[in-house]
Amino acid sequence: MSSRVFGEPIKRLEDPRLLTGDAVFVDDVERPGMLHVAFLRSPYAHGRLHAIDLTDARSRDGVIAAFAADDLGAYWQHGPLLVPPPPIADAVFYPRTQVPLARGKVRHAGEPLAVVVATSRYIAEDALDDIVYDLEPLDVAIELEAALDADAPRIHEDLDSNLAADVRQQKGDYAAARAAADVILERRFTYDHGAAAAIENRGVVADWDRRAERLTVWDTTQAPIPIRNGLAGLLGLSESQVRVVAPFIGGGFGPKIMMFYPEEMVVPWLAMRLGKPVKWIEDREENFFATTHERSQIHQAEIALDREGRILGVRDDFLHDTGAYNPYGLTVPINSQCTLLGPYRVPAYDSRFRAVFTNATIVTPYRGAGRQHGVFVMERLLDLAARELNLDPVEIRRRNVLEPDEFPHHHEIIYQDFSELVYDSGNHRPAIEKACAMIDWERERDGAGIQGEEPAGTVDKRRGVGLVCYVEGTGIGPYEGARVTVESSGSVSVSTGIGTQGQGHFTAFAQVVAEQLGVAVERVRVVTGDTRAFHWGTGTFASRGAVVAGNACHAAALAVRAKILRHASEALEVDEADLELVGGEARVVGAPQRRIALGDLAQRANPLRGAVAPGTEPGLEATSYFGPSRGATASGVHAMEVEVDPSTAMVEILRYIVVHDCGTVINPMILDGQIKGGVAQGIGNAFYEQLIYDSEGQLQNASLMDYLLPTAAEVPPIETAHLVTPSPLNPLGTKGAGEAGAIPTGALFAQAVENALREDLPDLEILEIPLSPNRLWELMCAARGEQA
Amino acid sequence: MDDSALIDVALTVNGTHYQRQVESRLLLSDFLRHDLGLTGTHVGCEHGVCGACTILLDGEAVRACLLFAAQVRGSTITTVEGLAAADGTLHPLQEAFRQAHGLQCGFCTPGFLLTLVPFLAENPNPDDREIRQAISGNLCRCTGYQGIVDAVRSLSRTGAPKPAHEAET
Repeated sequence: MSSRVFGEPIKRLEDPRLLTGDAVFVDDVERPGMLHVAFLRSPYAHGRLHAIDLTDARSRDGVIAAFAADDLGAYWQHGPLLVPPPPIADAVFYPRTQVPLARGKVRHAGEPLAVVVATSRYIAEDALDDIVYDLEPLDVAIELEAALDADAPRIHEDLDSNLAADVRQQKGDYAAARAAADVILERRFTYDHGAAAAIENRGVVADWDRRAERLTVWDTTQAPIPIRNGLAGLLGLSESQVRVVAPFIGGGFGPKIMMFYPEEMVVPWLAMRLGKPVKWIEDREENFFATTHERSQIHQAEIALDREGRILGVRDDFLHDTGAYNPYGLTVPINSQCTLLGPYRVPAYDSRFRAVFTNATIVTPYRGAGRQHGVFVMERLLDLAARELNLDPVEIRRRNVLEPDEFPHHHEIIYQDFSELVYDSGNHRPAIEKACAMIDWERERDGAGIQGEEPAGTVDKRRGVGLVCYVEGTGIGPYEGARVTVESSGSVSVSTGIGTQGQGHFTAFAQVVAEQLGVAVERVRVVTGDTRAFHWGTGTFASRGAVVAGNACHAAALAVRAKILRHASEALEVDEADLELVGGEARVVGAPQRRIALGDLAQRANPLRGAVAPGTEPGLEATSYFGPSRGATASGVHAMEVEVDPSTAMVEILRYIVVHDCGTVINPMILDGQIKGGVAQGIGNAFYEQLIYDSEGQLQNASLMDYLLPTAAEVPPIETAHLVTPSPLNPLGTKGAGEAGAIPTGALFAQAVENALREDLPDLEILEIPLSPNRLWELMCAARGEQA
Repeated sequence: MDDSALIDVALTVNGTHYQRQVESRLLLSDFLRHDLGLTGTHVGCEHGVCGACTILLDGEAVRACLLFAAQVRGSTITTVEGLAAADGTLHPLQEAFRQAHGLQCGFCTPGFLLTLVPFLAENPNPDDREIRQAISGNLCRCTGYQGIVDAVRSLSRTGAPKPAHEAET
C-alpha cells in the first residue's frame, strides 16, 4: 500500500503542542475559585502521634479549612491493596497499606499528618507552621538486614516482625545440580535502585460540580481508570459521576502508577467537602519523601556450572526493602526473582525472597521494576564464573543462551502477571554477535586496558569493555481497549484508556489505525487518559502500552475496516475483495475513479431518516479489547566501553551500544527514544543516583542538588540496533520497550569497570550498584588490601 | 493580607505589556504561570537545578523559580509561548526538536528551548561538546539528551533566529 505508515519513523503528532507550551499538564489546570492545598508531613521516620491542634492554622487569614485524620470520619481508611499476591504455593504475604492522613502512628518521614486548604499555596504553606502537634519519635528500622532482627523496632505493631513477605520458587533440583557441579561460586550482592525523579512532580486537581453531581479529577496518574473506579467507591459515587483526566504527564516511570497516594484520596474529598475546586501540586522535596521509590535488595546467590561453563543451577536468597507499606504487593521482588534467569538455560533454580518493612518511603516499581536487581546478580555470577574458568565473558553467555528452537521456554515459576514464566520467543545469539561486532569486542577486550588507545605514558587512564544480556517480560495483561470512529469529516478518532507520559502514544496508535484505514496519520486523533472518552482498562505500566493498547487499537481498526468495506461495497456496487482503502477513500482496485470518501461512508452509516435493518449499529465505529495470555518476552544485549582514571576512580563512558529485540516495531524513532532514555536512567542508577538514609531514617539528599540525575555531560551518545523476533502472543507481534534500556546498565557498568582495572586489580569484584567515584575508590583500595 | 505589601510590576512578556500587583514573595515562575496564565513555563524543582522554568529575561536565559516577580519590573521576558510565529509556524529550534525526537514527555522542553536560543545566537556553530556543555544545566529524564543534541547540531550552521515576537517587532 502506498500510504504505509506502520513501522515508519513518523514525526510525533503531539510535539507541536508540547513545543509551544500549549499542552495541558495537571498544574496548568485552572478553575474559577480554586483553592490550594498543602500537607503537613512527618519530620520523623517513626513516631507516635499523640495530638494535633489545627486551631491556629484554621484562624490564619486566607485559610479556608484544615483537617487531620479524625476529621475525615468514615472516609479515613487504608488504601487498597493494588496488586494482590500471585498464586504461589506457601507464599507468605502481610499486606499493610497506606492511609490518607496518619492516625496514631507515623511510619516514614514525609507521611502526611494534616492538610490545609487556603486561597493560595503560599498561605497554605504558611499555615503548616501554625499546626501544633505532639509526635513522639520512636526508634527506627531502616537498615534492611537489621530490620528483620528480633528486637528491631516494629513498624506494624500487629505483626510479629517487620517481615512483609516470604516467597520461595523452585525449578528442577538445585541440590542435585550443585552436587554435579564442577564450579560453585557464591557471593553477596547489593543492588539499590533510586528515585524515578520525573521532572514533573505529582499533582491532583479536583472539582465537584454540586448541581450536576459530577466530580472531575485531573491527576498525574499512569492509571486514570482504576483511579476513577476507586474514587467512586471511596466517595460513595457511581463511576459515571466521576471523570478522571490524566492529561499530558511530565514523565511517569512507574511511581505514578501507584495508587492511592494519600493526596489522591484527600484532594477529591476536600473538593466535595468544601464545594470548591481544589489543587495540590507536589514540590520537589515532597517528591523525594512522598512519591514512591524502588531502592534496595541484598542477594546471597550461588551458581553451579560444569567445567565448560554451562549453568547447572542457581540458588538465591534475597531481602527486599518494601518501605513502610506494601500496596504494590510482590511485583518488584517477583520481577527480580523471575528476571534473574535471563536469556539462559537454567535447569535448576531455587529462589527465596523476604520483603521487609522499613521506616522509609513506600517501594513500588520504577522503570525496570526490580528486573535490574535480578539481572545484576545473574550477569555478575556469569562474569565471576567466566573469570574462574578462564573464559571470555561473551563466550560463557554464548554457551548458555537459549536457542530459537527452545521457545516457548517454560521456567516453571510464577511471574508478576500471575501466569507461569514462559518466554514466548527469542533469538539471542545474533544479538550477542551484533553487539560484539558493533563494539569490536575481540579487539577491545584484548587491546583495551592498561595502555588504552593513548600513547603509553601520556595518559594513565584504563579502558575496558563489557557486554551483558537480559530478557524482560513485557506487555502483560489483563487487557486494554480502544474505540475507533470514522467521523463524517473523514477524520478518525481513537480513544484508549491508558495514560501517556511521553511515549508517543498519540502517534504510534495513530499509525496502527491509519495503516488499516488507509488514511493519513495526521487525520487520526488519539485521546488517552480521559475516562470520559474511554473507561475500560488498567493503565500504563510493565512496558505494555504498545503491546496491549496497541493491539486493541489494531483490533478496533480491523473491525472498522470491515464496516468500511461493507458500506463501500454497497455504495460502489462491487465486491469487497475488489476494494482498497487509500488516501482516505475506498477505491475499486484497477478503477480508482470509482471511489467514495470515508467521511461520506460515515454519513451513510449514520442515516438521519429512513429505516435501517434490525440489529444495525450506526456509524463506522468499533470498540475492541485485547488481553494477552501472558507477557511478551523482549530481550537485548548491551555493550559499553569505559575509561577509568585510577587516580580519581572517575569513570567515563566512551561508547554505549544497545542491540534490542522487541518484536515488530510500530515507530522506530519513538522506539529508539525509549531505549536511549532508559539507558540514561540506567547510567544514573549505575554511577550517580542513590537515596541516602541516615540511621534515623532521614533521607539526606532530598533535592536535585544532592541527588544527581545524569546531565548531557554524563550520558554518552548511544548506538542502537534492532532485531525483530515478533511475539506469537499478539497479532501485531509487538513486545514492550519502555523499560528495557534501564535494566542491564548496572551489571554492564560493573563488568566494564572491572575489565578496565584488570591489570591493576585482578581480584577486584564489583558486587554492588550504585557505584560512585568515592565508592569505587573504596572498592579499589579494598582490592589492594588498603584502607580507603 | 495588608494591601500595602503589594508591589506594582509592569513588564513585557512575549511582546505584550502587563501591569499587575504582586506580593513581594511571589516567584516569577508562579507569576508567569498563574497570574499571567502562561503555563508553558514549567516548574520541576523550585531550587534552580532542573532548568524547566528557564525563560529569557532581557535576552538572557534565567531560571524563573529563582527570581521574584517584583525583581523584574520593567523587564522584557520571553517564554516558550513567544517562540513560534503567530500563525503557529514553529520556531526553527522547535521544529528541529520535533525532527530529531528531542522531546518525549515535553515537560522539560520549554526550558531547553529557552536555554538554547541565546546559546545559538552567541555560538552559531557549536560542536557536540559545546552543545552538551550548554544544556548540562537542564535536566531531561526521558530522552537521554541525544535527540536534543542532534536537534541543535542540525541548526548549527545557520544558528537559531530570534523568537518570533522579537523578529516581528
